[in-house]
Amino acid sequence: MEALRSFRVATWLGWQIEGNRADPFLFYVYSIVKPVTSVMILVIMYWVITRTDTASPYFAYMYLGNVAYIYVGSILVGVSWAVIDDREHYQTLKYIYVSPINVYFYLLGRGMARFLTDTLSVVITMAFAMLALRLSINPAELRWLYLFTPMVFGMAGMAFMGLLLGAATLQMARHFWSVGESVAGALFLFCGAIFPIDVLPAWLRPLGFALPLTYWLESLRRAILGPEASKSISRSLSGISDSQLLLILVGVTLVTGIILIYFFRWSEHRAREMGLIDMTTHY
Amino acid sequence: MSDNAQLFLRTIIARAYPRVIGTTREKSWVFFDTFLPLLSTAAYIFFYRALKAPEEYIGLVVVGGAMTAFWLNVLWSMSAQLYWDKDAGNLALYVAAPASLMGILLGMALGGLLATTVRAVVIFTAGWLLFGVQFSLAYWGLVILTFILTMAALYGLGMLFASLFLLFGREAWHVSNLLQEPIYLASGFYFPVKALGFWVAAAASFVPLTLGLDAMRQLLFPSNPTFGFLTVNLEVWVLLGLGVVFVGASKFALDYMEKLARRQGRITERRR
Repeated sequence: MEALRSFRVATWLGWQIEGNRADPFLFYVYSIVKPVTSVMILVIMYWVITRTDTASPYFAYMYLGNVAYIYVGSILVGVSWAVIDDREHYQTLKYIYVSPINVYFYLLGRGMARFLTDTLSVVITMAFAMLALRLSINPAELRWLYLFTPMVFGMAGMAFMGLLLGAATLQMARHFWSVGESVAGALFLFCGAIFPIDVLPAWLRPLGFALPLTYWLESLRRAILGPEASKSISRSLSGISDSQLLLILVGVTLVTGIILIYFFRWSEHRAREMGLIDMTTHY
Repeated sequence: MSDNAQLFLRTIIARAYPRVIGTTREKSWVFFDTFLPLLSTAAYIFFYRALKAPEEYIGLVVVGGAMTAFWLNVLWSMSAQLYWDKDAGNLALYVAAPASLMGILLGMALGGLLATTVRAVVIFTAGWLLFGVQFSLAYWGLVILTFILTMAALYGLGMLFASLFLLFGREAWHVSNLLQEPIYLASGFYFPVKALGFWVAAAASFVPLTLGLDAMRQLLFPSNPTFGFLTVNLEVWVLLGLGVVFVGASKFALDYMEKLARRQGRITERRR
């Protein structure tokens, strides 16, 4: 019950902080323009090189991966920023630690607020692709059940990664305001969001295979674009069946969860010991 | 040297000092602020590789990726910093002190330049060593001149933004965010800006990095004539003009906004 209450209240608080007190026009413009422009950068890069239309399977592969990745950024940034915001800006992190609040679920709740706003961005970006870029996705052909399962485990995996980053942020000064974006940007390289993992040098690929994001993105593509859509593009994952892909996603997510428990406990303990819970840095 | 000039210089040094000390106290910034952005730039490189783009495009991404650091420094460590300083109570002290806000902003810029330059240099070096990018040094003098003019205009724009941030409350965060990816897109950080068409590229030239990047790419990769939006000479002159306009305008804007902020009670306001 305490976990649920912490999550609910933190989501409400996050929403108040993120959106409710800002100018609504500015808030919605920012929520929409930021992800759409970030997707458009890749669309223009694609167009500059291929000069082809957007009906090619690789375009759909890249576009869908990039749009789905908006969630990764929102959760990683949401959770890690909540630590800095509460500790240094509002200076309330110490009060959270002395209140009957479950810190895991509190931080997740703060990330959830950003997740909700970014869902709007995902919907708009997908609608933009279908209407303006003629991305061929037929809602009638979506595999809803197959889409639902990886979404649940993918979100869990992202939540665990967000908390891992939140725990790491406990050890950092405020000048790491960009830590969420930096980590999300770095993981973008490994998980096959916009290009297949096969393009990476062989020694870097294992990193991609260790991330839940890799299997989550591949499952989404198979559910939305069809089971064969990405097989010709992503050769290293093409030999894995749909059910095997889900099993691996579940396994990797669980492993991430176990790592999280130990790392969070260690980081929290160290932060208490070093007096980092109420640290303020004004560099 | 006059007293005013001495005070101005001392202000710059005083504000730069905590930034420099901050980077030596928290050494993990090297990982989070240098290594991770390098990986992010590498993602765009591999995207071009997946598309089988000509090798010059890899160099184009490296130059763009390196320059992101300067834009982020202007947005977050100069403009939005005044919002943080307001919340921390420092802004009132800055205004109460005899020091000029322009000196304080220049101090922030110079202090932040250490970490920013390290990040840019690491991305350039990685581009050269890991991705085999061949930069032409035939026009190195012009490259340095373009870079200096770009930085002068960019930090002038940063000070102009900072004057607006004097009036902002918590929306400062959203404004900074709003100016991040859209500027990456409009200024052509990862593709030649002329792909956006003449008028869009011309409008985007308001941000000095647009022309600065385009000119530096033309100079560093002279074998690829497809990159250029305008001629390098014209871009250098426009950058010079932008620098003069932005630095001059920021002086007036900071004075005006400071007066306005005092009148409206925004200096000590904390809309958390």
